[in-house]
Amino acid sequence: MIRPIWLFFLFLLSVGLILTACTPPSPSILKVMTHDSFAISDSVLKLFEDQHHVKVQFLKSGDTGTAVNKAILSKDVPLADVFYGVDNTFLSRALNEGIFESYTSPLLAEIPEKYKLDPENRLLPVDFGDVCLNYDKSYFEERVLLPPVQLEDLLKPEYKGLLVVENPATSSPGLAFLLATIAHFGQDGYLEYWQGLVENDLLVVNDWETAYRVEFSRSGGTRPIVVSYGSSPPFEVIYAEEPVSEPPTAAIVSDDACFRQIEFVGILAGTQNRKMAEAWIDFMLSVDFQEDLPLQMYVFPVNQNAQLDQTFSQYLEVPDKPATIDPQEIADNREMWIRDWTEAVLR
Amino acid sequence: MQAIRIKSWLSRPEFRLVFLWVAPLAFLGLFYFFPLWKIISLSFARVDDGFSNAIRELFTSQSIHQVFWFTVWQAILSTVLTLVIGLPGAFLIARYQFRGKSLLMALSGIPFVMPTLVVAAAFNALLGPQGWINLILMDLLDLPTPPLQFTHTIYAILIAHVFYNTTIVLRMVGDFWSHLDPRLTQAARTLGANRWHTFKNISLPLLIPSIAAASLLIFIFDFTSFGVILILGGPRFATLEVEIYYQTISLFNMPLAATLALIQLFCTLSITVIYTRLTSRLSNPLHLQSRSYTQERLVGWRDRIFATIMVSFLILLLVTPLVALAVRSITSLDIGRVLVGDPPPGITLDYYRELSKNRQSSIFYVPPTTAIAISLGYAMATVILAIALGFPAAWALARYSQAKINRFLDPILMLPIGTSAVTLGLGFIVALNRPPFDLRASPWLIPIAHTLVAFPFVVRSLIPALRSIQPRLHQAAAMLGASPGSIVRHIDLPLIGRAVLVAATFAFAISLGEFGATALIARPEYPTVPLVIYRYLSLPGNLNYGQALALSTILMGVCAAGILTIERFRIGGIGEF
Repeated sequence: MIRPIWLFFLFLLSVGLILTACTPPSPSILKVMTHDSFAISDSVLKLFEDQHHVKVQFLKSGDTGTAVNKAILSKDVPLADVFYGVDNTFLSRALNEGIFESYTSPLLAEIPEKYKLDPENRLLPVDFGDVCLNYDKSYFEERVLLPPVQLEDLLKPEYKGLLVVENPATSSPGLAFLLATIAHFGQDGYLEYWQGLVENDLLVVNDWETAYRVEFSRSGGTRPIVVSYGSSPPFEVIYAEEPVSEPPTAAIVSDDACFRQIEFVGILAGTQNRKMAEAWIDFMLSVDFQEDLPLQMYVFPVNQNAQLDQTFSQYLEVPDKPATIDPQEIADNREMWIRDWTEAVLR
Repeated sequence: MQAIRIKSWLSRPEFRLVFLWVAPLAFLGLFYFFPLWKIISLSFARVDDGFSNAIRELFTSQSIHQVFWFTVWQAILSTVLTLVIGLPGAFLIARYQFRGKSLLMALSGIPFVMPTLVVAAAFNALLGPQGWINLILMDLLDLPTPPLQFTHTIYAILIAHVFYNTTIVLRMVGDFWSHLDPRLTQAARTLGANRWHTFKNISLPLLIPSIAAASLLIFIFDFTSFGVILILGGPRFATLEVEIYYQTISLFNMPLAATLALIQLFCTLSITVIYTRLTSRLSNPLHLQSRSYTQERLVGWRDRIFATIMVSFLILLLVTPLVALAVRSITSLDIGRVLVGDPPPGITLDYYRELSKNRQSSIFYVPPTTAIAISLGYAMATVILAIALGFPAAWALARYSQAKINRFLDPILMLPIGTSAVTLGLGFIVALNRPPFDLRASPWLIPIAHTLVAFPFVVRSLIPALRSIQPRLHQAAAMLGASPGSIVRHIDLPLIGRAVLVAATFAFAISLGEFGATALIARPEYPTVPLVIYRYLSLPGNLNYGQALALSTILMGVCAAGILTIERFRIGGIGEF
């Protein structure tokens, strides 16, 4: 005799089977893995979803480093079809692990060569942003002091105790600024420069939020010079409480003073959704998405046909000659540079 | 015949014990041990000679030795400080009735849910170079520079740990204390013992189980401290947890990260084993009394002075930073630095208004009400899940204290809070990747992760109460013909109802405030309030900063309201206690 309890389980099982069998085929889904700072406008995303009859699901996976590591560790069973947000400091780590498939998008023709760092097009450039020193204008005006112009100026006595930077071991702008000093002073000279900064009462904190929100003089701290982004001043205008005619901060954009971060997108190896993934990459490189970038993510389009919003063209200062280092060189030396820096600055 | 055999087997204590353990162990096995094992084995397998290289690095690296010792001593010091401050507070709330007590308790729970970045901003508003206290001191003593250096000192770390964890002492010890029969101490006083001797010889020995449980949780929390070290301590300080994060994310040195994670787990396990060995001998069945019986009003000047000093001190420590934050959220940041003696700056509600606007029409924008609803939903799921799993485990541990399996399982339950969030988060990604458990993108992963953190709290809050029930009560009830079920309903539940509420409060607060694991696994469409706060904090512009402060203030309100609601919760006789 069958016990009632088994009948009940049998019933549950059959209900479950029927339900799974009868579920209508869901609209196809494209999964895009990205970092915390990713954002996009409703209307722009709708353009893509309507055209391709697809639902895009975003998986935010922590900061850039965390997201890249997650993608690498899950490469056997990829989390998504597309990954956006590898930057030039992580580019080689991602490529060496072989987690991307190459795709030569037709839109690459609209992008200048200087942004294309992977000749096999496994990672395609989407946007760039410059990590630059920012300063609090009113601080310098009140004291009738000229703001620094280049990296060497920060060693001068009049700027003693004014600078706050992020720890390159824990912060992406912190690492970018360290790379700028390495590019400018060379592997032999950068540590000497940093020792000079330490003697000039440098302050190091672990993340951008602490530097910009706590220690920067505009937020109630004591440091009027901070490592931030070239795009920060225009955003001080856009997100001011009362409309202002001029940004309260400015970026220092002299040659080699900024480090350019370029962000890339790629198709994750093993995707079952290759066609849709290609369409998404074309979309990210297209003018519609590229023009949406600045206001959503505070970075700038690589597509030369994309136009900047007026606020940016008015207030944004773009360095003519940002510092750059070859991604493979960064991958090879990153650990050593960070260690040496820690030894010289924090110990 | 067979049916009878099964029935007799079913009623054996061993079977009941196994039955109690099934759900908690299945949960921990699937969502804790399996992911952890996967990520650690993968970490070593990724690199040739991964394990031996990591061991070599471990023994030769000077800086890792420093990290280890710093982790240990700051945790010990923080725990001792928290107890020194928390125990008099626990005495106050255990023994006296006074107006505003439940509000004070609710406020004391708020730090638990505050994101570290926001707490750092609050402390900075008070103690930073431009903080109120430094400005007042400079004004009074006529000093040219701020006299107090706070951020990036060991004091900042210690104070923040005390700020976060005092509520654990107040709740776990205070609650247990409030049920101790005051006649014991009254008798001692009548026989001529002074207050200190009475405390040392009567109350303290009886309180040891709950003090030990609270200390254990606080120690493990401080031992694995991450946000406080990173933000308030600055780059010169690192705990094992910080080092694991750094090795994993920045250097991608997975074998060393996994080794450090194992060391951290081993320390958690050892300290828990010591704890279980100590407390299994110490806890006594007690005659617990209801609060209306144990508590008295404040009479006499000594009591009043003590209460006033203690309440003011708790408010100074726990509430002032929160008030500073709330004040900043309604103060226009554009006014610039606020100096003492200046006319009051502009009061504004702009930041609160701005919260409900989606200026850039981003698809990831959620209105504050939605974020609060999402957070409360996760918190409720966590409370239900953590109690449903924690109750049988606590029951098994308390009731079958002699069983061998318990001695082995008890320390294991504490492991989740001693585990690095980064390691476990990556473990989820590499382990839960195939149906039917492809949960990597599921919203369910959040209450599951929160339950892992809340589970040890629930178990630790329940065990002292469950152990203290007199076996005589059970025997008497059984002799009078009560079934095991009705014994639970009519004797156990009313006696431990308070402890269940304490457990629920912890689960609620942990879920509401959890950030590290949530940030790794949350779906962007369903962000919790701390995630939204962090999103605002990570953007430039005063308006974004103001919104982060405003939403933090709202989170404080939600947390206090939630705790007050749980405190008022009554089912039948439950909670009367």
